[in-house]
Amino acid sequence: MDLFEYQARDIFEKHGVPVLGGVVATTPEEARAGAEQLLGGQPGVVVVKAQVKVGGRGKAGGVKLARSADDAAEKAAEILGMDIKGHTVHRVMIAAGAKIATEFYFSLLLDRAERRYLAMCSVEGGMDIEQLAVERPDALAKVAVDPRTGIDQAKADEIVAAAGFDAEIAPKVAAVLQTLWTVYRSEDATLVEVNPLVLTEDGEIVALDGKVTLDANADFRHPEHAELEDAGETDPLEARAKEKDLNYVKLDGEVGIIGNGAGLVMSTLDVVAYAGEAHGGVKPANFLDIGGGASAEIMAAGLDIILTDPQVKAVFVNVFGGITACDAVANGIVAALEILGDEASKPLVVRLDGNNVLEGRRILAEAGHPLVTIADTMDGGADKAAELAHAAA
Amino acid sequence: MAIFLTEASKVIVQGMTGSEGQKHTTRMLASGTSVVGGVNPRKAGTSVAFGDVDVPVFGSVSEAMDATGADVSVVFVPPAHTKAAVVEAIEAGIPLVVIITEGVPVADTAEFFALALEKNVRLIGPNCPGLISPGKSNVGIIPADITGPGRVGLVSKSGTLTYQMMYELRDFGFSTAIGIGGDPIIGTTHIDALAAFEADPDTEVIVMIGEIGGDAEERAAAYIAEHVTKPVVGYVAGFTAPEGKTMGHAGAIVSGSSGTAQAKKEALEAAGVKVGKTPSETAELARQLLS
Repeated sequence: MDLFEYQARDIFEKHGVPVLGGVVATTPEEARAGAEQLLGGQPGVVVVKAQVKVGGRGKAGGVKLARSADDAAEKAAEILGMDIKGHTVHRVMIAAGAKIATEFYFSLLLDRAERRYLAMCSVEGGMDIEQLAVERPDALAKVAVDPRTGIDQAKADEIVAAAGFDAEIAPKVAAVLQTLWTVYRSEDATLVEVNPLVLTEDGEIVALDGKVTLDANADFRHPEHAELEDAGETDPLEARAKEKDLNYVKLDGEVGIIGNGAGLVMSTLDVVAYAGEAHGGVKPANFLDIGGGASAEIMAAGLDIILTDPQVKAVFVNVFGGITACDAVANGIVAALEILGDEASKPLVVRLDGNNVLEGRRILAEAGHPLVTIADTMDGGADKAAELAHAAA
Repeated sequence: MAIFLTEASKVIVQGMTGSEGQKHTTRMLASGTSVVGGVNPRKAGTSVAFGDVDVPVFGSVSEAMDATGADVSVVFVPPAHTKAAVVEAIEAGIPLVVIITEGVPVADTAEFFALALEKNVRLIGPNCPGLISPGKSNVGIIPADITGPGRVGLVSKSGTLTYQMMYELRDFGFSTAIGIGGDPIIGTTHIDALAAFEADPDTEVIVMIGEIGGDAEERAAAYIAEHVTKPVVGYVAGFTAPEGKTMGHAGAIVSGSSGTAQAKKEALEAAGVKVGKTPSETAELARQLLS
């Protein structure tokens, strides 16, 4: 899960990373109150920053300077509701202004290839780091980090030396990097990025903007992370699927997909998209992996989600019975259609293969549900489902 | 021959007394795997009956190794306890640990992988179906009855695509089929498996299945161009996956312009790998090489 900047700021603060004051606001009034709080009746500036999980918001006009609380409310009114690369701005953060002397860059992330962590650091911050990495790779220090020892004093010193910080500020930066490691480690993050990390005119090192990605697999030891979920941002169908513990991703197409196993479902999406080329360009409507079990209840819950998607015109159920026997899946489908009754109103193409396939097909054939078509192969099933979706569109 | 797993492999099961462990131990035994023990400190000294076979339960991996000569451990322990189980197996010095568990925090995997590297222990997984050398041994959850021994070597990130491909090529059979798992950090990579298949005299054609996320397929492509002389057929899943969404597997995510299926396909093709558009087309490409 990617966090919003204000959530990253709060987590940084919790672990002792130096940050500036920041208050989140969803209305101009809240923005005014937030600015008043930060300014404390004194003249000064605050920054109104759109909270979206996408880069490039500054260029898009999502970050504005405000010179008073009223000005902050005005700027918030301009930014709230703005569309930034397809993301609607529902919140702004009012951040205390900083007198920036220099901007730096730091990130800590998974190195999938080397299967450890990688720290990246540069004395040239603030700019697009991917661009820097391409144009001036020497300016971006990359230092391997052992997951077991993390960024201790020695590693922090190594990173700041590799990045080429002045001797004067190097120890301060090294201290901040160790607090960022604490964030990474104790929150089970897979990415902690600070861009920019700044040196203020007062000589302090401050994390001015943060990006944090948390590992969903570690949620079991972080019950508090559930509060960071952004219910408003999630697609309503995805939210319902999540409640039912279904692995569902909403896409923009007409053919609903149910399958078992992430790889097979991804592959099914592709095969349906290819088949759709011959049937009016219909596309897969979703990713849904019902996993190994595929009980009647899971099948019913999955079908229920997919059938309530108004975009869906036909459904393709593609199951390879490995551990799961196809007869159990077939029984699941038949029972699911019974549970759903009249709600099940769209054609269903079912392809079963593997463990106990003949019995599975027999059960479906015997049930003879008018909406169900049995397919012999994955390609054939995808083609049939695309054809039916096109006909119904 | 086969890779990583042969008829001589002696297997212990960590988590054998749990429901998943019991279910799959039954299946592993039925497919001829030499399962010589289970590990559970609270049930040490007891045994579990699987039909006619009584499998002893040991208090630790090293006790199990001492008593049985086990050289493979398969882990069915829940995510919260997986790290402790794998660390124990590595410390005991067992040469191969196969981690089936899905949902292991990536920090835990990163830590036990670093230890395994130091102790020269091979890990497969986590979040994988395991591996099968048909007719010899089967460790994990791959159904043994899809096909038999043969000339194809298969390496895949995905479990069900492994089964699908074994099914498509069932007439030819497999030397070894290995599911390496869909997590961002995994113990055995495509490259490790490619190197082993290249060296395995029983393997004539290699099928490699990848998916979106990371750059493992691109690195495998570079490795193939340099080091693999046997024909390789490839398949990549996830062409229609949107950016920024995790597709089932924790590691299956397109980030910005990196990790796309298209880039992986192009890299593989540039390395001389024939890449199928669908699983069946991929199987057809392999079939042409085999017949």
